[in-house]
Amino acid sequence: MKSFAFTAGLALLLGLTIFSLFVGVSRVTLVSLWSDPEMREILLISRFPRTAALLLAGSAMSVAGLIMQMLTQNRFVEPSVVGTTQSASLGLLLVLVVAPEAPIILKMGAATLFALLGTALFMLLISRIKMKSSLMVPLAGIMLGAVFSSVTTFFAMKFDLLQALGAWESGDFSSVMQGRYELLWGVGIITLLAALIADRFTVAGMGRDFSVNIGLRYRQTMLIGMAMIAMISGVVIVVVGVLPFLGLIVPNIVSLALGDNLRRTVPWVALLGAILVLACDILGRLIIHPFEIPVSALLGVLGAVIFLVLIVRSKRRAY
Amino acid sequence: MHTDSLTHSRLSPARRLLLLSALVLVLMTIFMTIGLKGNIGYILMHRGHILATMVLVAFASGIGTLLFQTITQNRILTPSVMGLESLFVLLQTLLIFALDIGGLSMLGSVGRFLAEGLLLVTFATLLYRWLLDGSGMDLHRVLLIGLVCGTLFRSAAGLMQRLMSPGEFAVLQSRIFATFTRADSGVLMVSALIVALVSVVVWRMRHRLDVIALGANSATALGIAYRRSVTGLLLLIALLVATSTALVGPMMFLGLLIVNLTYPLIGSWRHRDLLPGSVLIGMITLIGGQLVLERLLGMAGTLSVVIEFAGGSLFIYLLLRKAAK
Repeated sequence: MKSFAFTAGLALLLGLTIFSLFVGVSRVTLVSLWSDPEMREILLISRFPRTAALLLAGSAMSVAGLIMQMLTQNRFVEPSVVGTTQSASLGLLLVLVVAPEAPIILKMGAATLFALLGTALFMLLISRIKMKSSLMVPLAGIMLGAVFSSVTTFFAMKFDLLQALGAWESGDFSSVMQGRYELLWGVGIITLLAALIADRFTVAGMGRDFSVNIGLRYRQTMLIGMAMIAMISGVVIVVVGVLPFLGLIVPNIVSLALGDNLRRTVPWVALLGAILVLACDILGRLIIHPFEIPVSALLGVLGAVIFLVLIVRSKRRAY
Repeated sequence: MHTDSLTHSRLSPARRLLLLSALVLVLMTIFMTIGLKGNIGYILMHRGHILATMVLVAFASGIGTLLFQTITQNRILTPSVMGLESLFVLLQTLLIFALDIGGLSMLGSVGRFLAEGLLLVTFATLLYRWLLDGSGMDLHRVLLIGLVCGTLFRSAAGLMQRLMSPGEFAVLQSRIFATFTRADSGVLMVSALIVALVSVVVWRMRHRLDVIALGANSATALGIAYRRSVTGLLLLIALLVATSTALVGPMMFLGLLIVNLTYPLIGSWRHRDLLPGSVLIGMITLIGGQLVLERLLGMAGTLSVVIEFAGGSLFIYLLLRKAAK
């Protein structure tokens, strides 16, 4: 039964993928694809990269959220809630200030490094919280994110880069093209690796004493987890921008439906993340055709509503 | 716990208020007269406009936040952190949407401001009545709900703006930061009127506020119609937030910063001292901050961002200190 559901999910994803290849301002149809070289070019240079980027970024950010939730033992965190994304933007901005013409790989490197530093700072911060209220952790994270953002905004104002920064940050797949998104495949590989060692993150989340007791290198595992989150967030923010709340809502929905057996839920998280982002992007392309609504605008509203429901619900559930 | 240090302190709250007032006057004078050259009449008018805006925002933000913390009996919750400003931005967007469709564009800036204010007061009072009445909700949950509500309102406003004018969105987005130079004189007049009225009402309530700060049970026992008073106060708070947001745009942490400076600097729990104190400290923060950034550091226009940074850091500190206890 469960495997049937997963197959159905995969089928849905495949359907959306094919649909995504043929939706957009320029008409691309299957029939004339063989005769019209221009259509083939649009498909190869724009549509295919865009769709691949949607799938990769969607599943990667969802899995990154899941890892973060395991490391912190808290359901209400994800990279854009705790300041990882915001610190990545700061890194990106600094590259834009110092060397605007830097190659994209350097921008990603800076974003990743800052994402790692920001995440580490957050982890340090919540380790200071003695009485671990499950709601305190996201609260501290949101505020840390706000502080990072204000630093970013300050520099952006000073160097007149507000608009450029806004364009980078807005989670928008319309600019994804051949030659600009390929590093997302690397993110896909990281996601796969993360899924393979997911159970270690669960153990690490139980705390240092417990981990060491059952023979896990605590510090190393935490670092690997944070590095994976940072790499995923850093690359995704440079290629597509912020995907707000994605890493929060997807793992929570999966956990509500399937429980917390990670070996079983990780593929689901990746699948559902890809489906959600793909569906939002297609919707965004259709609503005000020929204009586009970026994914982040739709996800921001949808994600915030689901987040609210989760917070109110958690009152009744014992966390 | 705190009273000890207060009784030992040398200055009485009244003296402190006097000193703060003197400081405000000095800052105002410097602000108006520093580096005057060229067309003096025009410069003075321009500066007077900015100064008036800052004074009104200090009133609205200081008093509004103080009242909110009195009702909620804590030092972290503020109307802006709870998403009230974002709600105002969302309502503004919705109204523009409705006006575009209904063809009611003859309202003008003052009429629009009044309509927005009315909407905000209605919605905010309903929303926060619900949130504060949700007994059993702990502070952290209320805070998190407020913050996420704020994000939701902001994203919804952004989405609507994109739907309305996808081409102009990028330009609009880069302009949503709080600035002290954009309010037109009509809105400034209406704001001054609202702030003056609310201030008089609040000042007359100052002794009752001391009792309300004791909490629902004690206040009721002492003969206060608690529920009705709180609803009334929420209404006033919504009015103040609407005023401040309409004047300069959203400033999430300004109120938090002001009142958390006010408590230790005034050293009193009486609203008779706290209310004027918060206004004065608000003015010092804004005018002093503007002077330092613009004149000493040469960074005009960044005041709101610097306040965000300081306020956000303060918030984390307050959160951690509370948790450590």
